[in-house]
Amino acid sequence: MQKIDIGDEKIPLLNDPAKRSLIYQVGVVLMVAALGYYLISNTLANLDRQSIATGFGFLEKESSFEIGESLIEYSAADNYARALLVGVLNTLKVSFVGIVLTVILGTLIGVARLSTNWLVSRLAAIYIELLQDIPVLLQLFFWYAFFYEMLPSPRQALNPVTGLFLCNRGMIFGVPAAHPAWAWMGWAFLVACVLAWLLRRWAMQRLFKTGKPFPIFWTSLGVLLGLPFFVWLLAGAPTAMDLPHLRGFNFQGGMSISPEFTALLLGLVLYTAAFVAEIVRAGIQSVNKGQTEAAKALGLKTGKVLSLVILPQALRVIIPPLTSQMLNLTKNSSLAVAIGYPDFVSVANTTINQTGQAIEGVAMIMAVYLCLSLLTSVFMNWYNKKMALVER
Amino acid sequence: MKRFSFVLALFAVFSMVCSASAGTLDDVKSKGFIQVGVNGDVFGFGKPDEKGVWKGLDVDTGRAIAAAVFGDASKIKFIPLTAVTRFTALQSGEIDVLCRNATRTLSRETALGLNFVQVNYYDGQGFLVPKSLGVKSAKELDGASVCVLPGTTTELNAADYFRSNGIKMKPVVIENTAELAKTFFAGRCDCLTSDASQLAGTRAVAPNPDDYMILPQIISKEPLAPAVRHGDDQWYDIVNLSVLAMINAEELGITSKNVDEMLKSANPKIQRFLGVTPGNGKALGLDEKFAYNIVKQVGNYGEVFERNVGKDTPLKIERGLNALWTNGGLMYSPPFK
Repeated sequence: MQKIDIGDEKIPLLNDPAKRSLIYQVGVVLMVAALGYYLISNTLANLDRQSIATGFGFLEKESSFEIGESLIEYSAADNYARALLVGVLNTLKVSFVGIVLTVILGTLIGVARLSTNWLVSRLAAIYIELLQDIPVLLQLFFWYAFFYEMLPSPRQALNPVTGLFLCNRGMIFGVPAAHPAWAWMGWAFLVACVLAWLLRRWAMQRLFKTGKPFPIFWTSLGVLLGLPFFVWLLAGAPTAMDLPHLRGFNFQGGMSISPEFTALLLGLVLYTAAFVAEIVRAGIQSVNKGQTEAAKALGLKTGKVLSLVILPQALRVIIPPLTSQMLNLTKNSSLAVAIGYPDFVSVANTTINQTGQAIEGVAMIMAVYLCLSLLTSVFMNWYNKKMALVER
Repeated sequence: MKRFSFVLALFAVFSMVCSASAGTLDDVKSKGFIQVGVNGDVFGFGKPDEKGVWKGLDVDTGRAIAAAVFGDASKIKFIPLTAVTRFTALQSGEIDVLCRNATRTLSRETALGLNFVQVNYYDGQGFLVPKSLGVKSAKELDGASVCVLPGTTTELNAADYFRSNGIKMKPVVIENTAELAKTFFAGRCDCLTSDASQLAGTRAVAPNPDDYMILPQIISKEPLAPAVRHGDDQWYDIVNLSVLAMINAEELGITSKNVDEMLKSANPKIQRFLGVTPGNGKALGLDEKFAYNIVKQVGNYGEVFERNVGKDTPLKIERGLNALWTNGGLMYSPPFK
């Protein structure tokens, strides 16, 4: 019998590309695992030798330090876990508000950069060049110094309108005094949001079927503002205000926005918006000029050309780099510790120092920023898919 | 800068992974200099002057250790550290000894894996306020904004003090000492809290020192001492006895001016101390003249105190608790025999 099937012939193990690559990969995994084991066991041995405490047990202990501003109730009697949560929430607060403002401002400046008006386009260019080229930390110092140097002390606070005070402790303003109506209005607003969404769906369907446009924007706005207002009237139109007043060293009552938060927000937004503006400009320029001309030939106004034809196509180019700018803003918020805003890194640093648990603390810092970054990426990837060119 | 300190902490964590050492003394000798962690921003304790020369009580303590080890106080490298990075730098071996007005506490000596040596400055926490505020006592500070450094015992003491007196505070926490002082002088905070010695140093560099006063309340004990890592007894002894040698020299009346004449002294205590009668140096693994070198090159404790923070400096600090025990203070050295 003659053997014809080559496949049955024994290929030496090392000459088989598939098996060889498998061996290499297993080898690499083993090496990485061995290195990881070496690093971890060595670290633990060193920590043990220097008798440095390890573990996450410290999270249960009383923190004993105060935090300047917090979204939740917090006092020095709470434990480290809660202090760190305060830090995370502060980071989220400045990142979220920062990202929203950055996208709005960046888009406006990006569009202005392409304006046919020479002055507008030059001003946008100057803004972009100036703010991109100065390190963000310096900008933060500048804004913070601006607030504490320029504004007067609480006793000489500026009072431009009743209920609003400006001083080096921040902006303090009156808020409506507590009343159940405010909660009801919140619910009414949520209901209005659902109504507006349904309205938009119905209007789009009608547009596609009959070709008749419907003023969605103005009707939605009417519903969103009108419904809570109606509830407010029903609740007896409460007008009592909780006005700030000077007592002792500081203002009591009302709400306040600290100079640390404002400086950080301003610095991050102005800096990142310069990059976003360039991304928006690139996105818009990536859309073929013929699209604009075609849209104009249809008789659309400039605003409609931008919002219906150009931006939807530009978004495909804009979204991926925009995501990385959002991540940048979130990560740069960790510079807060330089100007006294108690963000997560600041609180975690204090925790590390009071407990000495540097490894656990740094691990938590990395984990929190990793989570924030991944969440942002996941959301933006989902949005990117939604915006991607639908091929039919 | 803050990003940098985080990176430093991170780096320190990783270098902790592979910090294996023979004795610190051998390491230091083979390097040829001592790495000393200092403050860098506190006038009178650790700060370079306008010519870039390091000045301060803690800086001179570091120099004394270099003089003891090498017979040359200049074989030293100062590494400025923030309150947040200082202990990690020591744990990870970035520095050999920490002379950075750190308070000796139980948790630092245990959980942080550090050993504190002889105290080189007895301090207590106070409050610096602008005179225009009209406050005469710390208890009137209800609702005040308080400027404070992060990661310090000060931060905890202030929170404790306000809590136990039933008053509220709003901390403004900035890591950089100079930036914190600037913020305070600009009026962002009603008061600045720190160790009284640091407050004196901060006040001395204020745009207008006379506009500020330190409140009479001292709310804590802050024994400031150099620190070394756990587990190296020989190095601990060297650092400890270097500090004690400066105190002992003052007690024996030996100064940097008269130390050469004192070599001829008939007093057996002085002979042993200066190494004329050998024994002490060998016991420590150092040159017999280590104490002589410290006094000759750096001076005794009194000289160092007066030069850096004393009455004739802008800090104008009285000896107080830091006087010799013979003058009613706490500075007391065990015998050198």
